Amino acid sequence: MAEATAAAPELRPLVPHLTLGATREEDYLNGSVCKNCGTKYVGPRLFCAKCSSSGPFDTVKLASTGELHVYTIIHQATPYVKAPYIAAIVDLDGGGSINTNIVGIEPTPENLQFGMRLKMFTEKVSEDNEGNSYVAYRFTPA
Amino acid sequence: MREVAIVGVSMIKFGRYPDRDFSQLGAQASLEALKDAGVDMKQIEALYSGNLYSTSGSGQRILQQMGQTGIPVVNVANACATGSTAFREAYFAIASGAYDVVMAVGTEQMGKQGLLGSRGDPATSLEGRVGSYMMPAVFGMAGMEHARQYGTKQEHFALASVKNHFHSTENPLAQYQKESPLDEVMNSRAISYPNTLLMCCPTGDGAAAAVLCSMDKARQFTTQPIKIAASVLTSDPFTDRDLTLPDVNTLTRNAAQIAYQQAGIGPQDLSQVELHDCFATAELLHYENLGLCGDGEAGIHVASGAPWIGNKIPTKYQEDIAPLQDKTYKPKTTAVVNASGGLLSKGHPLGATGVANIAEIVFHLRGQAGGRQVEGSKVGLAHVIGLGSSCTINIVQK
Ligand SMILES: [Zn+2]
Repeated sequence: MAEATAAAPELRPLVPHLTLGATREEDYLNGSVCKNCGTKYVGPRLFCAKCSSSGPFDTVKLASTGELHVYTIIHQATPYVKAPYIAAIVDLDGGGSINTNIVGIEPTPENLQFGMRLKMFTEKVSEDNEGNSYVAYRFTPA
Repeated sequence: MREVAIVGVSMIKFGRYPDRDFSQLGAQASLEALKDAGVDMKQIEALYSGNLYSTSGSGQRILQQMGQTGIPVVNVANACATGSTAFREAYFAIASGAYDVVMAVGTEQMGKQGLLGSRGDPATSLEGRVGSYMMPAVFGMAGMEHARQYGTKQEHFALASVKNHFHSTENPLAQYQKESPLDEVMNSRAISYPNTLLMCCPTGDGAAAAVLCSMDKARQFTTQPIKIAASVLTSDPFTDRDLTLPDVNTLTRNAAQIAYQQAGIGPQDLSQVELHDCFATAELLHYENLGLCGDGEAGIHVASGAPWIGNKIPTKYQEDIAPLQDKTYKPKTTAVVNASGGLLSKGHPLGATGVANIAEIVFHLRGQAGGRQVEGSKVGLAHVIGLGSSCTINIVQK
């Protein structure tokens, strides 16, 4: 009886706007720029919500550095996440705003200043039942 | 477009009804609204039903409980603005001349799911790994944008809870009717900075209904028809960070501008407002979005006493609140905000909220609001925002 060959476990980005490189140091955030109106989006786009065109879009590499726009400290988290933790919106250098976690500091308002400089890193955060691993990005103070 | 009147309203007490389903709650609210209007079910020409969790056939299921007359039913889902969108469809049905008498009903059975709900497959969920997308996070960060821009303190946001919980003590229909002084709000369990547990609305079950009629026929049913002076719906326009952090401000400002224009009034003419205080932070943002105070003034506006019933801080809270006041501040509006106790006390059964807010204002315009009555209320504004995003504003007047 022929055994179904199990697909080899893969390393996958947790979100489509993260592009994985050969090593974690080579991972980067991707974006799209509308050629019609110049709006820069995080991740791939087919159409433009601002100018209602189908672009076309230039795929671009987004910065791995930026500044803290706003944050919140989540004390009541979903079961598989350790609370408290810092959820934030980061404005990337050169354009694009993203949702992220800020790690490497105690989650207190005193440790967080609007506009503070931050830098990105990536790491494996989860694994599914087929053994595939998922990589996410996070930010720490620069 | 014809003038449209509200001739009957109802709201059942919000809370937990584990032994009922949403259609029974909706049937109860519908029958109470018909009774309030003095209208028979056989006179209702169409039904507009708002429910978010049971979108398919919610209105039919209500009629299967209390009145299968075979009328057209439109079921509406529009995030937290579900009930108020159903109300607006009912408004248009009459304004257009298609019908003379219709009903709008909003219902929800949320149970005890809390703020988190289900987040899908733990292996691939983004929640908590790439920021947070839960309501507490969004409204925490929306508050922090105000803090970033204007230096608003956590205590200022907390005052929205102190006020609304104080108002709720006179609302027997509210899910919670418990006062909470400032230190209690500040010291309650942290949920998502700057909001503590007492700065988050509870989940629950509930229903509310309204009977609408053309103004020229309204006097058949009531001596006190309430005029719908504006009924507005907006969605989120493109703004810089909206796709990352939902922008709850711009669509509310757009809706307010259109609503004031439709009604031919300004924020200074409002007797009262029921606005979407799903979190304490949201209440302050919407003072400014609705033009109740200038940009950056929301914190000192709530501390001034202006949006409190009676337009003043209750004596027992004066000492606590004095340090947060700016004695030179002169409020430019006197609209009482969330006399019902707001979502923070009244509860927020999603599909019911938008109709319940309008019912609350109608109670005041008729002088039926008991101990929480806004004296001499003549015109009120009901505001709802749902993430994703949709915003409704209805202005109703005597
Ligand atoms: Zn474009």
